Formats: sequence, structure tokens, C-alpha cells
Amino acid sequence: MNTTTETATDSGTSPFASSGRHGMGDRVFYTLALSAGVVILIALAAVFVFLLVQGEDGFHADRELYQPSATNFVSYAAKLLFGTALAAVIAMIIAVPFAIGIALSISHYAPRRLAVPIAYVIDLLAAVPSVVFGLWGGRTLAHVSQPVQGWLNHHLGWLPFFSGQVSSTGRTILIAGVVLAIMILPITTAICREVFQQTPRLHEEAALALGATRWEMIRYAVFPHARSGMIAGIMLGLGRALGETMAVTMVLSAGGPLVTWHLLTSDNPATIASNIASKFSGEDIGIQSVLLATGLVLFVFTFFVNFAARWVVNRSERKFA
Amino acid sequence: MNTTSLRRAIVPGVAAIALAASLAACGSSDDDSTASGGSSSASSGGAASGLSGKVAAGGSSAQEKAQESWRAGFGQANPDVTISYDPVGSGDGRANFISGAYAFAGTDSALDDDELKQAKSKCGGDPIEVPAFISPIDVIFNLKGVDTLNLDAKTIANIFNGTITKWNDQAIKSQNPDADLPATAISPVHRSDSSGTTDNFTDYLYQASGGAWKTEHSSDWPTTKGETGEGTSGVIGAVQGGDGTIGYADDSAVQGTKLGVVHVKVGSDYVEPSADGAAAGLAASKTATGTPASVMAYEINRTTTDPSTYPVFLTSYLVACPTYSDKTTADIVKGFLTYAVSDEGQKAAAANAFSAPLPSDISAKATDIISKIS
Repeated sequence: MNTTTETATDSGTSPFASSGRHGMGDRVFYTLALSAGVVILIALAAVFVFLLVQGEDGFHADRELYQPSATNFVSYAAKLLFGTALAAVIAMIIAVPFAIGIALSISHYAPRRLAVPIAYVIDLLAAVPSVVFGLWGGRTLAHVSQPVQGWLNHHLGWLPFFSGQVSSTGRTILIAGVVLAIMILPITTAICREVFQQTPRLHEEAALALGATRWEMIRYAVFPHARSGMIAGIMLGLGRALGETMAVTMVLSAGGPLVTWHLLTSDNPATIASNIASKFSGEDIGIQSVLLATGLVLFVFTFFVNFAARWVVNRSERKFA
Repeated sequence: MNTTSLRRAIVPGVAAIALAASLAACGSSDDDSTASGGSSSASSGGAASGLSGKVAAGGSSAQEKAQESWRAGFGQANPDVTISYDPVGSGDGRANFISGAYAFAGTDSALDDDELKQAKSKCGGDPIEVPAFISPIDVIFNLKGVDTLNLDAKTIANIFNGTITKWNDQAIKSQNPDADLPATAISPVHRSDSSGTTDNFTDYLYQASGGAWKTEHSSDWPTTKGETGEGTSGVIGAVQGGDGTIGYADDSAVQGTKLGVVHVKVGSDYVEPSADGAAAGLAASKTATGTPASVMAYEINRTTTDPSTYPVFLTSYLVACPTYSDKTTADIVKGFLTYAVSDEGQKAAAANAFSAPLPSDISAKATDIISKIS
């Protein structure tokens, strides 16, 4: 890393720098790249302003609009945020170990003949539309997994997560989390795989030469090198899990904004995105500003989650440096 | 050798035919669009078919299929007229009608006083509101070994509010002495989205359950308890997906499923959902008082004791202005609405959307109101 930047700055005497034509090309490219970056910022700011303006009335709407589960915006949005976070956390708990495992097997364990098709199939998963995941999850997975959920409830019912009356259709927040996990698997796997493959060969060989087993080599050479990339991959997955709308709406038997730790019952907390999707074209259009205001809450929440993740990565990088 | 030469001969031939066909298709569609463009710009030129032009409408998604059949039927007589119907939901439909974006709208609930005032100032006169679509709502269930059930409104309300939790509850048993009812837990399924079906179903529970259902009608389900499904298909999927489930859905969507349908108690009989029963139910209801003469909003009577009526049904309305600044628009809206409430239009909708044709006196009254559009 350091050596490359030094050679780059040392190249002041490079034959390319003096030519005016190339200077022109640099300026064009600089402008293009900068404007691309600025456009993204403007787009984000525009979304923020849109949500703020359109959702403004939603912060202090009539009491009835927040009924039946809340009486004001704060509790309404907080309950929805709980559901959003719960579904995303379940998805992350399932997907992250899988994604890292699959990525490692592709980059370090599996023979090439197997690794290439696995990578291909995982990437293919990203091309499945979310409505298909929703249909599959709601109609098939929920139905098939219902006995499993009954088993969990019967044997592990002493855990608060698995207690309560099991849903007879299986369309619970647990299954919504499983479907979300499958949906975020490809993106997290792809990024982890890429960064694992970027580990310098010399580091790996040095670790092996020092007598490390393959797992130890991965722990001491691959993971530290890939840390920030892994976090980035997980964050992208989390972003998708937080914002996923269609699949959750179709899979989840959502009772609206509510707080419950029971993962297997019929009364499940709605997520912000699924709540917007199902309530937006209603009889009372006053609810629309409330829904847009919850969209703003999700926007800010996602922003802070990403911000926090960056901060964690930066801190650990500094510790390693 | 033989096959290759054959292929060589065939492939270009097929390609040429395909190309010719696609070119022809392009050409003809181009012709169509220019033709319709030309006539619509000519607007009230008085073509052979009478009307030409474009009208935008939208609203209730329950009416979507009926609107399709009305457009098809109206389009046959008026090939130069384009009517678009955007199923954005009743609330947005009314709002877009009041803002002027839609020439007319479909809505599952009648305009309220505020909206009537706003519509009046937009239209320059009291708006026109007529019932156009009646659809029975079925109470459906999925229970192993049971195909049909008799339930009264109070029992249905107690099932949906969670008071009755087992299928072999005494209240259900006493009404179905012949059924072999298991001790399975009941999972009531309701809509997670806001809908006219929920509005009418909760209205039925409130009116007919004798106090067992506490909240007035609302298009959003009044509690957070219970299984939910997104849209009609979501509810049907959920009811099919579990054992011991019960839900409610438009009759048209229940046709073709193998779900059990509840016979609802009316008077002393148990009545199966039917288009005729729903139409008779509307005929037995009164129009709301205190509204302008052009507004035919019904206060539906869900507590009839006449066994020829089926009280759980949805009535959806068409809303339009009495006058339009543009004569073409006025003629198209008038023609289309007249067709929609006519015997022919109602039959077309009944065939396509399994709705109940309007009773003839209601249809005649609606036609009379629509005829004043100018």
C-alpha cells in the first residue's frame, strides 16, 4: 500500500505529465469523476428533502392515523423501527456466517473446479427479483417450515424468542428474516470473496511457513487484511435487509407497528418499508405523510448505521497499523 | 450433409418470414397510433363512431376488473375513445378526482362531507356519485375435514376478536351439529393493507354482531392481533397456507379455490354468498340522507332478516362532475358511466369480475343522474 503511493507521487518526472493533451484528458476525467460524486450527494440530499417536505405533516398528524398501536409519531416510528431492526438482525445472524463461509470456501478451500460454479450460482441468486423471493417465502417456505417452527416452540419454548402460540401458516418474522438472509447472501458473499482473494500471497505463504495451519493462516493473514472489505460487504447486506420491501410484505404476517420478542407467532411487527408498501394506497390519504415521515426515519437510521460501521472499521484499522 | 443443406435452405426462409411479419406488425401498429392520434386531436369532429378522445380515471382497485370489462364493452362501440383507469386505491382516487387529475374516479366509500364540498367547488356543482359495483365478500376458512360452516355474525365477530379460540367451541358446535369439529386453534386472517373489503366486513361485524364487535367500520384492521395477508391474494394464500385459518375475501377471488365458505345467518336461515343476495342487500338499504340529489351513497343495512339477502358485500361507487368545461370529456364520461351502470355493462362486469349486477331500479336511478352530465 505504502510503496505504491510513493511510486505514484515520485512519478513527477514521468513523460506523461508534461504533455498538454494529457493534461486536458486529466482535467476532463477529473471533472467527470467529481461530478459523478457530486450528483450522488445531490440525489441523496434531494431524497432527504423530499421525505422531509412530504412527511412533515406526518410528525404531528391526527391521533387516529397512528392507531391502533400508537398515539403519536414517536412511538409509531419507534415500533416500526424495532420491527425493521429485528428482521434485519435475524437476517444478519443467519447470513453473515454463511456468506463468510461460502466466500472462504470459494477463495481458499474449494478446488477450482467447484469454486467457480459455486461463485456463479451465488451471484445468480442476486438476479432473482424480490417478488419471487416473496412468493416463494410466503407460499412455500413458510408452509414447509411450519412444523420446524412448531418443533422449536415445543422444545425451546422456554426461550422467550420461541414462546407463544405458533402461527399455523408459518408466515412469521423468523421466516421473513430467513428470506432476507438468502437475499443478502449474494452481495455479502461476492464482496467478501473479492477481498479474501486480494490477500497478498506473500502474507499467506509467510504464515504457512511459520507453521500456521490453514485456518490459522486465514485468521492471522486473510481476516485482518480483509476486515474493512468484509464490513463493507456486511453493511451493504444490512442496507438491503433494512430497506427490503416486497419480499417482507409478502412473507410476513405483519400486525402493524408493535414490539414483540416472540418470533413464531401470528402477531409480527411490521417493518418500515413493508408498512409503507401495504398502507400507502389506502382510504385515508392522510396516512401518506405519516408513512413518508417513517421513510425519513429509516433513511436517517440507515445513514447512522453505516456511519457507525465506518467508524468501527477506521478505529480497528488504526489499531492494526 | 443432407441436414445441413436443408437447414441452409430453411433458416434464411424462416428469418425472412419473421422479418416480414415483424415489419408488418410495426407498420400496422404505427398506422394505428397515428390514426388514433389524428382523431383525438380532431376531438369533437364527429367521426362515424361519434366520440373520440382520451379520459384519465382511477381509484378503487376492487373495481379494476369491472373497469376492464366496461372499457372493453364501451370501446367496441367507441373505438376512438381511450379511457385509462389507474387502480391506485380509493383514497388517492378521490384525491385525484378533487384535484382534477381524474375526470372520474372509482371509490369503495362514498365522499364524506368535506370531500363533497371540495368536489363541488372543483366541479362547479354537486358531484355525481352512483353505485356501480357490488361484490359479495366471502368468509372463508381452511379446516381439515370441514367443507361448510354455518355461523352467525356474533360468532364471526368473536372469532375475529379472539374471544373464540378453538374450532370445537360451543358457539360454533351449536350452529353446526353435524360437522366434525376438531380442537384446532383458530387463526383469523385479515388484510394488512388498507382496503374497502375490510371496511365493509368490519361494518358488517359492527352492525350485525349485537355488540360483540366494538369498533366502527374502518378500512384498516382495528387491532394488531392476528394473522395478516397483503391484498386479497395474500389473505387467500394465508388461509390456504395454514390449518384452522379463517379470513374474508371478495367472492370473485374465492371462486376456483377449494376453501370452505361460511354460510352467514340472516334472520333464521344460513345464507350462502351470492351475487343476487348482495344485490338484494343493496336494494334493502337506504340512501344516505342530507346529501345532494346527485349523490347516491348508501347506508347499507347489514341487519336484514330477509333470507334472500346476503349482508356481507362491498359497494363501490363512480364519482364524476355534473359539468365539464370540455364537451368531449363530458360526452365520454357520460357515455362511459351510462354504459357501466346499464344492464349490459353490469352483465359484462358480472361475467368478468363476478360482481352482482345492480338491481334494475337502482340502475335506472343511476342512469337518470348520469344523464344530467353536460
